[in-house]
Amino acid sequence: MDVLLQQLFNGLTVGSVYSLVALGLTLVYGILHIPNFAHGALYMVGGYITLMSMALMGVPYFIGIAISIVVVGTLAMLMERLVFNPLRHAPPIHDKIAAIGILLFLETLVQLVWGADYRAMPTPFADTISFLGITVTWQRIMIIVAAVVVMILLQLFLKKTMVGAAIVAMSQNREGAFLVGINANKVAMLTFFVSGALAAIAASIASPINLVYPGMGHLVILKAFVIIIIGGMGSVPGAIIGGYILGLTESLGATFISAAYSDLIAFVLLVVILTMKPQGLFAQKGAH
Amino acid sequence: MQGLKKMRMPLIFLLVALLFPLFTDNQYYIYVVTLAFIYAIAVYGMNLVGGYTGQLSLAHAGFFAIGAYALGLLTVDANVPYWLAFFLALVITTVIGTLVGLIALRTKEHFFAIYTLCVGYIIYLIIYEWDALTGGVRGLIGIESPAAIGPITFDTGISNYYLILVFLVLTVIFMKFLTESIVGRTYVAIRNSEELAQTIGINTMKQKLISFVISTFLAGLAGALYASFVRFIGPDISYTMMTFDFLMYAIVGGFGTLFGPVVGTLLIVILTQSLQFMEDFRMIIFGPLLVLLVIFYPRGIVGGYQMWKMKRAYKKKQRSVDQGSTYEGGD
Amino acid sequence: MLIETKGLTKRFGGLVAVNDVEIGIEKGKITAIIGPNGAGKSTLFNLISGYHPSSEGSITFKGEDITKKRSFNIAKLGIARTFQTTNLFETATVMDNVIVGHRLRTKSNVFDAVFRTPRLRREEQASREKAAEVLEFVGLEHEAHRLVQDISQEAKKRVAFALALATDPEIVFLDEPAAGINPDETENLAALIRKMIDRGLTVCLIEHKMQMIMGLADHIVVLNYGKKIAEGTPEEIQTNEEVIEAYLGGGDKHAEAE
Repeated sequence: MDVLLQQLFNGLTVGSVYSLVALGLTLVYGILHIPNFAHGALYMVGGYITLMSMALMGVPYFIGIAISIVVVGTLAMLMERLVFNPLRHAPPIHDKIAAIGILLFLETLVQLVWGADYRAMPTPFADTISFLGITVTWQRIMIIVAAVVVMILLQLFLKKTMVGAAIVAMSQNREGAFLVGINANKVAMLTFFVSGALAAIAASIASPINLVYPGMGHLVILKAFVIIIIGGMGSVPGAIIGGYILGLTESLGATFISAAYSDLIAFVLLVVILTMKPQGLFAQKGAH
Repeated sequence: MQGLKKMRMPLIFLLVALLFPLFTDNQYYIYVVTLAFIYAIAVYGMNLVGGYTGQLSLAHAGFFAIGAYALGLLTVDANVPYWLAFFLALVITTVIGTLVGLIALRTKEHFFAIYTLCVGYIIYLIIYEWDALTGGVRGLIGIESPAAIGPITFDTGISNYYLILVFLVLTVIFMKFLTESIVGRTYVAIRNSEELAQTIGINTMKQKLISFVISTFLAGLAGALYASFVRFIGPDISYTMMTFDFLMYAIVGGFGTLFGPVVGTLLIVILTQSLQFMEDFRMIIFGPLLVLLVIFYPRGIVGGYQMWKMKRAYKKKQRSVDQGSTYEGGD
Repeated sequence: MLIETKGLTKRFGGLVAVNDVEIGIEKGKITAIIGPNGAGKSTLFNLISGYHPSSEGSITFKGEDITKKRSFNIAKLGIARTFQTTNLFETATVMDNVIVGHRLRTKSNVFDAVFRTPRLRREEQASREKAAEVLEFVGLEHEAHRLVQDISQEAKKRVAFALALATDPEIVFLDEPAAGINPDETENLAALIRKMIDRGLTVCLIEHKMQMIMGLADHIVVLNYGKKIAEGTPEEIQTNEEVIEAYLGGGDKHAEAE
């Protein structure tokens, strides 16, 4: 029973991180129809910026996260301006190739500057706490709480602010949004900023329990893709729910099936889903 | 004569490739160029399904690795004679390719790219984790060199160089005949617009599958050659980064062009190997290059050259037509 | 009737795009399908050409039921179509774009291609000749070796026609052929459509340019909200109360961009 509870708790932590990453990915997809393969690199850079702010500038953890949000958000915005915007009329294959180019660049750059070592990120939440017969670190509790807070803030932003409403409107109809006077360029940049910020937060809260290294984004991004396919490409609630489902399935799978293959669960899930439903689980129906 | 003139550049290229080992004693150079030839064969596969048919398959390194591991396991563990193992490796890769293609190709565009990316990762994970079969992270060592064919042996770097050159030339000829035929036109029609291709009577699913299977065959061929040339393989050759490398060679050379893969692969492999410091950090340059190419120059080197030649030929023709009419006016 | 539909219905989720439509297309005639935006015209084309499966109803071609056939098989039967956007391969020549149109009449496979079998050579020759023939038919023989990106919008429309004709069709469906071109060019395109009829083809088209339709069509079918509300000769349609109501009441009269 304790094992199960412990694993459920771990699943919730991992799921929180997945959800945040998938949210950024799904927002960008919803608005620009770009599967941003470079999103995992944003996640990785997010981890490094927080870590290095703490290590080099000696700032506290939360200030490090704030710096990371600004840096990665801006980086994502630059990506939109310099790369995806010029490619908006190009064949869809070009977006993907460009995203791969960015991913390769960022990863190598980080490796060049900070090396390929695995690094641990210190956290003020390293102490453990016991309850209900399980022992967890405060960091894990922080992850769960932080993720929920961020999701609520995001919802408020999308529902209650003008720019947020514009993002939602544009994800439903780009041309239409343009007609009613929404500045599509600004919305696109903002969406990328938010997506980068989410990746930075996710990486910063996950790094103390994982590690920081140049390849840390690979698996996360692949899984985030699986999540948004399960949850519906462009769907915000789908990304959140999908993230938790995957996190829980994985930690249960690791315990009860095989730890070595737990990373496979997501991909097997994806292969099964796309095999049965080639357009994804919640394909948008339309007369087009 | 016309045909010969058109093939002048490739023939010069081939001549240089044939003579190259005679002008260098440096085994390392020969090794690097041979490796580039092997990669080029794999890139041809990626180029066929991605560049011609327009389906970005990101599982390519996975199939390369399946070819390599099949050959390695058959020769090392099962003691199957080399050329039989070689043949079986191709069969195995192609069969797996067909199965994957049947399912993967039901998805389109972004879904296809994500799907194949995940298939590639599954292949990597299996190779990495299935220790008992693949040797896991330690990899497979002691794979034998290609067995002698009659009196010709392949135990030296130079003999391997020529063997692999033969396979590369065969691949190029195969691709030339395929892509320049009406069959190849079918693939381009699908890349251009699947919708339109269907309405002109093309069974797009079937054609995409055929081109996907050929691409996995070429990946498997390259993988098998790689295994017996390098004689050591590890899970890294199936990793996504390898696929991205292949993709980059194709884009730089010219995606959807006949000679793009060989030009792009040779150029980048030789460049990175000769500038040793670039080995680990080559993507600092090539990452942005990839982005710049798809924004400003999506045809790559070979495609750009072809376009330039085509425009020039057309202008020349126009000019002669114009001149013709001025002369008339002058009379 | 060359093509007949009975009770043809297409639903997308809750939306009924085509609702119980019955039409007949007569051989050797020009049938036009008109209606306000969102009336289901393009969906009807997509159903007949097999691009979407229908929800209910049947489609027959020369008496043969083709309701369940997929688009590439429908093309093989001799039903060709064009799209609103020409979808051509812009950086290839006009000729290269059209040659593949005859592919469905060929049998060559990868093996033939790689070994350059006599069958492949014969079929390539046939495809090339076919392309030259249809390009001449649409009046583009002099543009054959130009890149599609370098030719005019009207010429692109003609290339799309040529591509459809290269499939050796009996009937051609044209989806808004005159969209985005000027009145003079529209007149030229209308002449080309008449020329197709003179060669024994049957044409069915969707068009918003009423002047063109009224001068060109033998028979007009009017759709509104997915339902057929009228059909008849141009004269009958022009005086039909319900049609006038649909066009004026819908307020969509000038909305040409779909």
